[in-house]
Amino acid sequence: MNNNTLVEVNHLKTWFPIHSGIFAKKTGDVRAVDDVSFKIANGETLGLVGESGCGKTTLGRSILRLIEPTWGEVKFEGKDILSLGKSDLRAMRKKMQIIFQDPFASLNPRMTVGKIVAEPLSIHRVAKGLELDDMVASLLSDVGLRPEHASRYPHEFSGGQRQRIGIARALALKPKFIVGDEPVSALDVSVQAQVLNLMAKLKEDMGIAYLFISHDLSVIRHISDRVAVMYLGKIVEEAAREELFSNPVHPYTQALMEAAPKTVPCGKRKRIILGGDIPSPANPPSGCYFHTRCPVKVNDCESISQSLKEVKQGHRAACMVKAP
Amino acid sequence: MSDNRKGSFWEIVFNRLKKDRFAVYGGGIVALLFFVALSAPVISPYDPGDVETSRLLEAPSMEHWLGTDELGRDVLSRMIYGSRISLMVGFIAVGLATFIGILVGAVSGYYGRWVDEAAMRFVDVMLTIPSFFLILAVITMLEPSIVNVMIVIGITGWMGVARLVRAEFLSLKERDFVAAARSIGQSDFMIIFRHILPNAMAPVLVSATLGIAGAILTESALSFLGIGVQPPTPSWGSILTEGKNYIEFAWWLSLFPGLAILITVLGYNLLGEALRDALDTRLN
Repeated sequence: MNNNTLVEVNHLKTWFPIHSGIFAKKTGDVRAVDDVSFKIANGETLGLVGESGCGKTTLGRSILRLIEPTWGEVKFEGKDILSLGKSDLRAMRKKMQIIFQDPFASLNPRMTVGKIVAEPLSIHRVAKGLELDDMVASLLSDVGLRPEHASRYPHEFSGGQRQRIGIARALALKPKFIVGDEPVSALDVSVQAQVLNLMAKLKEDMGIAYLFISHDLSVIRHISDRVAVMYLGKIVEEAAREELFSNPVHPYTQALMEAAPKTVPCGKRKRIILGGDIPSPANPPSGCYFHTRCPVKVNDCESISQSLKEVKQGHRAACMVKAP
Repeated sequence: MSDNRKGSFWEIVFNRLKKDRFAVYGGGIVALLFFVALSAPVISPYDPGDVETSRLLEAPSMEHWLGTDELGRDVLSRMIYGSRISLMVGFIAVGLATFIGILVGAVSGYYGRWVDEAAMRFVDVMLTIPSFFLILAVITMLEPSIVNVMIVIGITGWMGVARLVRAEFLSLKERDFVAAARSIGQSDFMIIFRHILPNAMAPVLVSATLGIAGAILTESALSFLGIGVQPPTPSWGSILTEGKNYIEFAWWLSLFPGLAILITVLGYNLLGEALRDALDTRLN
């Protein structure tokens, strides 16, 4: 195993039970994350892309145990996070943080910005008193806010500024790993660029590794080192950024890329249009989950489930037709 | 609406209240009650216990603005001292009810599962008991006293608050800022009291303000029935009950305490309704 691996996820499953009837009998599971494995190296950004409802957010939160996974293994610096007790987990949280999608929901409206950013530092007893105030001020300036903003409340800020506050809170404990859960999806395009550049700069300066979740391919392409494509709770393709974008193998990845708007509109497009909707993760299709919408489906796809296979060095895809 | 968006949530709410006519009336009445109760010894013209046997059941006059009662005591002075009971009952009984309600609701909503199930079924059971009769029964078994009245009103009035707080917790605990607090390693205790509860206080405050009006009414009713505040301590309810015997020829004995109860309850209700409006717009 590579010594440089920071996060290693093995066969992670997060299933939510469905209860129904008057006795709340368990009648099934929503397989939000279904047998996902990947690794992230120190200082690396893994982009995770997929449609709404494919389990991206659940995966990100399961890794941090903000949602308890059902099954599997998440190793951080070689330690299994899922087996940690309450106090060990709290200590471990110093090293792994999250930036949320909605900057209007992720900040406590009753706390000043200063208190929000100071909170992680006080919990882990990093600093107090004047030293704490100084650290908060320098964190705020690190993310492009002014130290005097500390006494204001979140509702006095714009979306982009709030996202910076969220980033300052995530940075406070100098984490090695940050899950970005669609951190720019709720922002205007011009502000998106500022926040992305800020995250990229922080990565350079502090060597942070990201799991960057987004449904926006151009954003993913901008920030990622490697990219994983998720469909219905499973990763269907994973490769280095340039490799994935220039040479997508899985039909779902190809369809996603064809669906993204082009900057040069007259370029030749072999359009793959996906029919139908994403199936319910409570009742996933048999065999390969994608077969109900797949343009290159063969008969066996309905019965044989697929796992990731190496196509090239560092490029894996889960398709029996394209990656046999 | 051009709200001032600066400052904390409560500053903004206060600014809104200042612009609301009914809030100002309600707040004024409540403030007046506070003033009267706190400065009772200074502003009351007579000692409320002073008996003047030569001036029984006198009609309002320059010496006795609101008349005298059947023992020749000054009704105005007795009512001024009686306001202390109303103020105290309102605050202590509702304070107790709110405290229990917040505790039960917070634990129930935050931890969910069987804790929630058990707590809410207990609330259901409590709600099936008609509370006024429970209060009557308990007070008659215990010694009738103002302290017992407050405690009993408190422990029979927390269920609504518990349900409110639970509902707020159920929705707030799924919000991202709570996930954020957990992701930085915050403890359950601090998440409940520092992150969720301050955001759940708005409806609690409204219900407490309206609850004070209810508690004052309950105390008056109990005192009217003779099992609340015991003589010679004056309370609006007990003045009213003494007055009913003489209502044909000494109307002032019943009218003024009745009006005092009415206006006080109205004041708390106006304030509560105005608070509900002022707190309605969510800040994000």
